[in-house]
Amino acid sequence: MKFFGFAAGAAATLTLLSTTSAFAVTQISWWHAMTGANAEVVDKISKDFNASQSDYELVPVFKGTYPETLNAGIAAFRAGQAPDILQVFDVGTGVMMAAEGAIKPVAEVMTGAGMTFDKSQYLPGIVGYYSKPDGTMLSFPYNSSSPILYYNKDIFQKAGLDVNNPPKTWNEVWEAAKKIKTSGAASCGYTSTWLTWIHLENFAAWNDVSWATQQNGLAGGDVELKINAPIFVNHFQALADLAKDGTFKYGGRTSEAKQIFLAGECGIFTESSGGFGDIVKSGMNYGIGQLPYDSDAKGAPQNTTPGGASLWVFGAKSDEQYKGVAAFFAYLSKTDVQEYLHQKSGYLPVTLAAYEATKKSGFYDKNPGRETPILQMTGKAPTDNSKGVRLPNLPQVRDIQNEELEKMLAGQQTAQQALDNAVTRGNAAIKEALEN
Amino acid sequence: MAPQLAITLVFFYWPAGQALYQSMLRQDPFGLRTRFVWFANFRKVLADPAYLNSIQVTVVFSLATAIVAMVVALLLAVMAEKAVRGKGLYRTLLIWPYAVAPAIAGMLWLFLFNPSIGSLAYVLRSLGIAWDPLLNGTHAMILLVSAAAWKQISYNFLFFVAGLQAVPKTLIEAAAMDGAGETKRFWTIVFPLLAPTTFFLLVVNTVYALFDTFGIVHAVTGGGPGKATETLVYKVYNDGFVNLILGDSAAQSVILMAIVIALTAIQFRYVERKVHYG
Amino acid sequence: MIGQSPLRTFIAHAVLILGILIVGFPIYYTFVASTHTLQTILRPPLPLLPGGQLWNNYSEALFGGIGRIGGVSVGQLLLNTTIMALGVAVGKICISILSAYAIVFFRFPLRMTFFWLIFITLMLPVEVRILPTYKVMVDLGMIDTYAGLIIPLIASATATLLFRQFFMTIPGELVEAARVDGAGPWRFFIDILLPVSRTNIAALFVILFIYGWTQYLWPLLVTNSNDMNTIVIALRKMVSFADADTEWHLVMVTAMLAIVPPILVVVLMQRWFVRGLVESEK
Repeated sequence: MKFFGFAAGAAATLTLLSTTSAFAVTQISWWHAMTGANAEVVDKISKDFNASQSDYELVPVFKGTYPETLNAGIAAFRAGQAPDILQVFDVGTGVMMAAEGAIKPVAEVMTGAGMTFDKSQYLPGIVGYYSKPDGTMLSFPYNSSSPILYYNKDIFQKAGLDVNNPPKTWNEVWEAAKKIKTSGAASCGYTSTWLTWIHLENFAAWNDVSWATQQNGLAGGDVELKINAPIFVNHFQALADLAKDGTFKYGGRTSEAKQIFLAGECGIFTESSGGFGDIVKSGMNYGIGQLPYDSDAKGAPQNTTPGGASLWVFGAKSDEQYKGVAAFFAYLSKTDVQEYLHQKSGYLPVTLAAYEATKKSGFYDKNPGRETPILQMTGKAPTDNSKGVRLPNLPQVRDIQNEELEKMLAGQQTAQQALDNAVTRGNAAIKEALEN
Repeated sequence: MAPQLAITLVFFYWPAGQALYQSMLRQDPFGLRTRFVWFANFRKVLADPAYLNSIQVTVVFSLATAIVAMVVALLLAVMAEKAVRGKGLYRTLLIWPYAVAPAIAGMLWLFLFNPSIGSLAYVLRSLGIAWDPLLNGTHAMILLVSAAAWKQISYNFLFFVAGLQAVPKTLIEAAAMDGAGETKRFWTIVFPLLAPTTFFLLVVNTVYALFDTFGIVHAVTGGGPGKATETLVYKVYNDGFVNLILGDSAAQSVILMAIVIALTAIQFRYVERKVHYG
Repeated sequence: MIGQSPLRTFIAHAVLILGILIVGFPIYYTFVASTHTLQTILRPPLPLLPGGQLWNNYSEALFGGIGRIGGVSVGQLLLNTTIMALGVAVGKICISILSAYAIVFFRFPLRMTFFWLIFITLMLPVEVRILPTYKVMVDLGMIDTYAGLIIPLIASATATLLFRQFFMTIPGELVEAARVDGAGPWRFFIDILLPVSRTNIAALFVILFIYGWTQYLWPLLVTNSNDMNTIVIALRKMVSFADADTEWHLVMVTAMLAIVPPILVVVLMQRWFVRGLVESEK
């Protein structure tokens, strides 16, 4: 059996050698986590890039969910088999940034290949999130989205609400939700996906309040969470109160609540702009609005922050490979490629030119909701509170927040207790992660 | 023997040794910075209330799953033996779920039995039961046990059916002539003869519930609400694979290994002696 | 045969039908979903009866939508999965029957130590030891090979335990008789042990085939080439719960394709092995 293993390994090595010598092109591997329609976009872009030149061959490989892909990349790196490009989700950004010896900043990859990287061509809200405090671009934003508000027009009509005027502030959302419930138009007024991302991280940015010290962790160093400030407590207490009689319905930690909205159970819904496709395809009579803000916040609405994933380049590759990666990123930045990516997948374009071109083509007139997240992200120049959040262990901190919020929604604790606990436990976890 | 030992050594003991070594390290995910900390990870894990909670969760979950899966399977197997007509058809229909991949099963549960809109939830709510596994820990546990047991019923069923068919009919008929009622016949003759099967299934089901269910936990509850359904294996997976705290995760898997060795030793010493062979 | 009252028979049938409803429902529901339009699926609750899209959905998934699973044909995916499942099943049966044979019928030093060494491996699922195992695979150059997909999954003791349990039920007289007849250990193994074990082999084949067929995390990690993907990976690739549109109706068709072959194996083999088991024990 052991012999068989070695023999098979040797055979595999042989075929590998023969295939590499057969092609003069340099292979660039790209591990990604894109599924469904987005996986088709990855394949199409790769195929087009390969057809556009003859020096490099981009090979996209699906590696599972976001955490699975990140782990596959890490395992491969530790075994000396890292891919050239790895797609890492937003919450993994901190992990990748901490691994300076493992990765090569995108800015260096580009300049090394003799290309200039003009940051002013890109959407500032997105580029800022994937840069070091000194402005060096670390990874290439591939897919970005931002939370927006969806509502069911049929339910609004039944409840006697203005069908063309979605609620703009959270107070208006609460009122509309109560009206939907009491009028019997639907069994629940409001639901939301991703409480941590939408109601904590984006809530802070959109209302221009601090989520954590050190520019929400972007400036590095000792970070302490600030999410038990009164504005958060009031917001979550309102949510907890509405949850008691089912006016607010909790759907789960990630995107599960989408099903509740699609089933017509709830009238109002906050979710990533990336979730647009399913809502269109369900044939629902829907409307779209900006993410609500807190009317007590002075600077609101400020700007929302991106979620999604970016492409990281591993270190210790050959110059030839880096040239290939740079060529691919340059190709990916082209206006028509970005336009295709944006219009086909529902993610945001990363270049301003692609946004302008899409606008000119009349795409937004036909699909008005698709412009909302871009306007939200580009409306104002980001402040220290609204460039996004970054921690070496963001997934863990989000777990802690979810656990405390679930206990609050189950009526086991108040919003103040939940957020205080989330801060204490979160800070302890961050401190420990920084020690490692 | 030799081939299995070789494979076991290369693909089990080598990795297990590495896990043991890893459990004494503090390391970033990429392995760039490493500190040797002896047993600090173990101390930390064992002092963590979340870990103790997860032990409790695991005990409840494993027992419930093993019992539900075995009792239901045995009941169905006994009934299948009785139903002379259509026996083969019933058997065929009952073993389908076994062929469903956990990754697919999780997906189906998520999609079809979604707590808020799935048909199951719909029925429960129309019966006036406030079914809310997303926020109610007990409901979440019930959902999880059902999903885990569902997957295992077919497997147990197959073994019980085979075991039941192997029971000599002459023995049962003799007992019937002695005037033993059906229930008595089952408990005094059939059940003891099933003992080897039952023991084997007990081991397999416990191991299944302890280890192979992380995919189901992952898909159905994700350990929530709060930490109400975070089992030990799910915690190993979540800490190591998602949160990338490798030292803690490795320490937990070493503890798991120890627990399992102990459990197995107990099972072998005290249970195996009592079961009948042939 | 013992007579049964009609009432008891009725109860037996009722319990069984209820059991089938509970156990088979998710699969039936998948089939139902695979016959509806995407729009119907996206607006739950889903009807309980199949819709009219059976032909459309299946022909689109089989003939039109092949490109959508990473450019790999469904046939190739099913072939990979079959090779992996067969490899795991046959490989594991071979090595574990030999080990169990050695443990039960031979007295040699450290016998129980070896048994324990193997037995403990029963306890650790691939997921827990996955990263170190992956490193081993890379070192041996087994990434993207069928051997890499198969061999690490053989290293577990479920099958050895089952064979051991079974061998211990073989009467000592049989072993003695063989010895008296002058049969060597190898002859005993081939002529006596293998024939009486054939039902157990069948049972294990079913179990291990399914085990190999349904793997997800391991194939995901050790295959870097789309051509080596299994159907389960391809299926997961089609499903997006978060951002993208998911073609649920086609996903359900693919799910049926991924479920049906192992179901066939189970259904066909179970008749054989249950019958065989009864015969051999009489």
